Amino acid sequence: MNKHAILKSVAEPHMKEGLPEFRPGDTVKVHQKVREGDKFRIQLFEGLVIACRNGGVSESIVVRKMSNGVGVERSFPIHSPNIDKFEVIRHGKVRRAKLYYLRDLVGKAARIKERR
Amino acid sequence: MSLRAWGIGDINKIMLPGILGTKVGMTHVYDADGRMVPVTVVQAGPVWVTQIKTDDTDGYSAVQVGFGEGRTKDLTFPKFGHLKKAGLTSNVKQLREFRVKDTSGFATGQEITSGEVFEDGQEITVTGTSKGKGFAGGVKRYGFKGQHMTHGYMTHRRPLSNGATGPQRVFKGKRGPGRMGGDTVTQKGLKIVRVDAERNLLLIDGSVPGPTGGLVIVNKVEK
Repeated sequence: MNKHAILKSVAEPHMKEGLPEFRPGDTVKVHQKVREGDKFRIQLFEGLVIACRNGGVSESIVVRKMSNGVGVERSFPIHSPNIDKFEVIRHGKVRRAKLYYLRDLVGKAARIKERR
Repeated sequence: MSLRAWGIGDINKIMLPGILGTKVGMTHVYDADGRMVPVTVVQAGPVWVTQIKTDDTDGYSAVQVGFGEGRTKDLTFPKFGHLKKAGLTSNVKQLREFRVKDTSGFATGQEITSGEVFEDGQEITVTGTSKGKGFAGGVKRYGFKGQHMTHGYMTHRRPLSNGATGPQRVFKGKRGPGRMGGDTVTQKGLKIVRVDAERNLLLIDGSVPGPTGGLVIVNKVEK
């Protein structure tokens, strides 16, 4: 067995199946499990996917949203057991893989057309 | 190379104080709390006992083990005889010794797997040969501060002074530019995340010295 096959077999049991397909420009809702004492609560984070980072089990997405006029970005490892589920709400039409230019835009300028 | 690994008498699982392996590479796993853990995968063992050294015959007690498939082409006649004595028919890639206090319980030709030596959560050290960096300057090699990049400084990464004028010579061992890497490095404070006994894999929390495919010696930490 070569090294890639070994590494894949080690990481694969930790990967989730049936995840939606993410693309930069999509709007997603992230259901994150938050621990409070012994209990878990679901916290929502809804925003625009501005970057996808590949890497098998280490795959992550960066989600940006405007919160009270302040831009907030969070990155989520998509295979993390602390994330309950993802919902893709809207597909956006963009021409770039990384939408970092949105950081400099606000309001109407930061809109993204819907992809059908 | 001598291994300063000593046997521990009180743990039942104990056989060898460590094992030989090759670094496969790094990846991530998630622990029970859902935290991401960076792990190094090491193909550790199986090893075969090739020689048992005792106080009477060698002046110290140790177990010599062989690891990995060696090419038949590289099997010299003396090595062939040495392995034959242990009942091994094919060449091994590496031969290393582990110092043990008590050699009873070992037999030549015996196969030892990583599942017999290690358990999940065990504290370990890993010894390997670090990656060669070539001829490196003092900043990279020893963490010298260097000089300013701007404000009119005309030197940036030089070592500058080699010492005082009093002794009229440079002291032996003065740090400076030179070959970096390729040293035997022991990484301490590591922990085994999981032992895959079936496939002889060790998942180690964190990074270990050396390139992928390099030989590493995984030793248990004496409590």
